[in-house]
Amino acid sequence: MQMSAPSFTAESAAQVPPAPAIGIAVPARRRSRQWLRAVSPLAILLIWQVCCSTGLVSARTLAAPSQVLASFFQLTADGALQHHLLISLGRVVNGMALAVLIGGGLALVSGLTRVGEYVIDAPMQMLRTLPVLALIPFFIIWFGIGEVPKVALVTVAAVFPIYLTLYSGIRGVDVKLVELAHVLGLSRTALIRHVILPGALPTALVGLRYALGISWLILVAAEQINASSGIGYLMNDARDFMRMDVLVVGLLVYAVLGLLVDVLVRWLERRLLRWRPSFVAAGA
Amino acid sequence: MNDAAPRNPDAAAAATEAPTVRLHGVTRRFGATLALDAVDFSIRPGEFVALLGRSGSGKSTLLRLLAGLDVPSAGSVEVRARRTVVFQEPRLLPWRTAIQNVALGLRGAAPQDHARAALEEVGLGHRLDAYPATLSGGEAQRTALARALVRDPQLLLLDEPFAAVDALTRIRMHRLVESLWKRHGLAVLLITHDVDEAILLADRALVIDTGRITASLAIDLPRPREPGQSGFPDLRKRLLAAIGVTDATRSESTGEIHRAFAALPSDAASIIMA
Repeated sequence: MQMSAPSFTAESAAQVPPAPAIGIAVPARRRSRQWLRAVSPLAILLIWQVCCSTGLVSARTLAAPSQVLASFFQLTADGALQHHLLISLGRVVNGMALAVLIGGGLALVSGLTRVGEYVIDAPMQMLRTLPVLALIPFFIIWFGIGEVPKVALVTVAAVFPIYLTLYSGIRGVDVKLVELAHVLGLSRTALIRHVILPGALPTALVGLRYALGISWLILVAAEQINASSGIGYLMNDARDFMRMDVLVVGLLVYAVLGLLVDVLVRWLERRLLRWRPSFVAAGA
Repeated sequence: MNDAAPRNPDAAAAATEAPTVRLHGVTRRFGATLALDAVDFSIRPGEFVALLGRSGSGKSTLLRLLAGLDVPSAGSVEVRARRTVVFQEPRLLPWRTAIQNVALGLRGAAPQDHARAALEEVGLGHRLDAYPATLSGGEAQRTALARALVRDPQLLLLDEPFAAVDALTRIRMHRLVESLWKRHGLAVLLITHDVDEAILLADRALVIDTGRITASLAIDLPRPREPGQSGFPDLRKRLLAAIGVTDATRSESTGEIHRAFAALPSDAASIIMA
């Protein structure tokens, strides 16, 4: 239940204008509606709290919001949360960087050359159907239980959306624009730089967003197996000690991270795709 | 021929005997279909030629050959000139601004300055940094025209460039193209299915039907032309007959609009639209 709380506050913070804007009737009315939207989640939080405090829901089943908040502050105060968060973040960043490098590189080769398509695309299309989580045992045998299998899992999971979207983006570039480039006498390098890559970018960004989402998902699983650090470890450890409050904090952290990643990609899209009709209209 | 200064079409024609374009026995097959059947024609330097034909007559195939986007199955295509194309759709890169589109692939010094000058020439000096998504149909097509002109072509290939713009914009575009042609002294091949458009702009009209050039008609009306002037209806009748349309009312509506706008001044400055 509390999971929805951070997403709500992030949303309303973005939409509600700052206080000095009172005085104009319409925004004020809109703001009052925004607050109305907060009533229901707050009520649910309250009911949750009451259920836990009265013992209607046992502390073993679910921690009370107050308890979750307390352990959040405690974990932050002793630096444990930041420590594990940074480690998880590092794994995602490394895994994603590798995925962008490998997936992007492979997509460029198979998207831009016939030979590359024959050599790379068929195996990639076959491999992408593998459930990545089923690879965990293999990765433990191959790479042990250190950092490598965790980063590798993130990479493998993220490579496919990046490869597939960039490849289809490249192949989907308007043939008429490619023809135009020929008429203008553009070199192959210029064609790729000015026509093909910008044309493939919108699709590739969808892939990036998808890959980032998946990378967190995979990390949750990877960190619960043979990890000694990271948010997943923190939660696994909490489970062993029946620390329901810490488990909920872990969930919240994942939710907030997912949200932040989404905000990041949206920001990236806004910057890189500002030529698009929707963004152009919004800007004008 | 490499000077950027505008040339007088007559002087250019006199200076070089060799035609800008020469097609000899050009044939193009697509499987069992014969799109072009032994086509012969040439275009002199500075000449404005209109190629008229119905859809499926082979006119677009011919343009693709002249643009270097396709090769003939038989025969020879000689283009002794820098050529550029304006397509039916503007074909602007959506992710580049108007000026970036015009400067695309431009070599030499200060491509941005040349691009700006070209856009100013087509009356888009105020839209330099606009993205194509924010341009109107006419503005986008004028940007495409600027992109063609900035390359200082000797041959301009126009593939029904006015087909997708509204009738009023089309009239202004006609004036613009005519004035640019006069000023730059280039050879133009205009592909169209609009008889009035051909008579308004061209020195010579070719009619293509089922892959063959079936008629060639010199149009020697004084310029600026308008559909009401003497000789115009007669030429229209003859061209329509050559295409195989006997009912001359087909392009009457376009004629009406042309007459309505005939009173407008014809210099390039008046063409500039907001």
